[in-house]
Amino acid sequence: MTQELLQYLFSGITNGAIYAVIAIGFSMLYSSTELINFAHGEFVMLGALSLVTLWGGFGLPLPMAFILSVFGVALTGLVFERLAIRTVRKPDHIVLIIITVGASIFLRGVSMLIWGKDAYSLPAFTDHPPLDLIGARLLPQSIWIVFIALVCAILLHLFFKKTLTGKAMEATAISKKAAWLTGIPSEKMILLAFFFSTGMGAVAGIIIAPITMVSYDMGTMLGLKGFCAAMLGGLGSLWGSILGGLLLGILESFGVGIFSSSLKDAIAFLVLLLILYVRPGGIIMAKDVKRF
Amino acid sequence: MAIKGVSLSVAQGELVSLIGANGSGKSTLLQAIVGLLPGWEGKMSFWDNSLKGLAPPAIVQKGISLVPEGRLIFPPLTVLDNLKLGAYTRYRKKQHREIAQDLEMVMTLFPILKERSYQAAGTLSGGEQQMLAIGRALMAKPKLLLLDEPSMGLAPLLVDRILQTLVQLRENGITILLVEQNAQAALKIADRGYVLETGRVVLQGSAQDLLADDEVKRAYLGKDYGEFYEGRA
Repeated sequence: MTQELLQYLFSGITNGAIYAVIAIGFSMLYSSTELINFAHGEFVMLGALSLVTLWGGFGLPLPMAFILSVFGVALTGLVFERLAIRTVRKPDHIVLIIITVGASIFLRGVSMLIWGKDAYSLPAFTDHPPLDLIGARLLPQSIWIVFIALVCAILLHLFFKKTLTGKAMEATAISKKAAWLTGIPSEKMILLAFFFSTGMGAVAGIIIAPITMVSYDMGTMLGLKGFCAAMLGGLGSLWGSILGGLLLGILESFGVGIFSSSLKDAIAFLVLLLILYVRPGGIIMAKDVKRF
Repeated sequence: MAIKGVSLSVAQGELVSLIGANGSGKSTLLQAIVGLLPGWEGKMSFWDNSLKGLAPPAIVQKGISLVPEGRLIFPPLTVLDNLKLGAYTRYRKKQHREIAQDLEMVMTLFPILKERSYQAAGTLSGGEQQMLAIGRALMAKPKLLLLDEPSMGLAPLLVDRILQTLVQLRENGITILLVEQNAQAALKIADRGYVLETGRVVLQGSAQDLLADDEVKRAYLGKDYGEFYEGRA
């Protein structure tokens, strides 16, 4: 019994770390622009499919394929902001959100044309045998996932706390008008937020690629899970997103293990509904003090 | 349209006060200068350069900084970070040494900010926040400093303190345009003044003349009618 529970915990943390990385993308963009990017999941998909092409197809070394994929997707994110978001004449929130939904359909369609409808699979980053911990199996890819998620979180944390650009982004998130008057070019900061956010999406897609089937339509569900995780932890907060992601992953895996695997996707949305009823600001309330 | 047909000038090294009641268009004017209201018509120039079509960051780079109404500091960030962000455009030009000097200057001007450097700006009192807002604007090394109601919500003693600082800044060579409802205090420290009413300049002149002007006294200095009509009947 203990080994089973431990097994659920491992797989929960693995999935949770991925949700966390996706949630960070949502949160980051929200805290700088108050925009929920419903195309975020598609950037996760783009990251995974780019890795399929660069690593699996062209045979580039993994670190290079990783970095190229992240940058490629982040650049797509920039183009998305420039062409679809910046050009809106009356940027009401609801208009922008619907644009992101449209962009999501568009990106999925384009990906289907490029990569086809087939699902791809990739090997794990390193081919060690699974570790045996008190009878539970821990996949090396899980360690990679958690490690990379942590590194991303720490780098982002340092960026926001230690660099002037990070602080300027935070200032823009606190008050765009105040930042503007202080001389901070807020459009650039918003562009940067898109760049980081979609880049984080790509990271999530890349680390999940070896443990799932990669296809053009994988993004929607992952995006929604990441959104639930961000809402659960507290939209707009870095550590809240991580907490929300891990919690959601663990809840899901225990739900699947103890009750039924058909519950997997329902759990995320039940959690979302519950949190919206009970504590709409998320576990870490980021409402009054908007900071990343 | 909140203001129309307004013409005013500020010469280098001057401290000019713009006074008027609520809704007279004082803040609108300042917002137009710093680029928050891009739709204005007419002419505005700074050192013979037109300000037409410039966004706020570009205005800051030109050397005009606004201390906005309500201070608009960044509450969760530390006092030091708030000040550093004030010099954002200058960091991009790699003026690190000059920035360090200016930081020292601001800290000397407002010693309390030095004491609270690592505190979140939101924990400061109203007066301290106002000092921070002024300090942050100074960090951009402005040639022209605009202030929108710096005395709002402050105790009289603090108002004096803030206004004395402005006099000191003027002596250090910074040109100042001060918008105030507190007309008496604003005119006392100013060289010249303008009185704005429903979007027009109704009076202008040296600060002493305005302080002595009956119309100003009646409308803005809180002298009541009894006192006003004394010796006139």
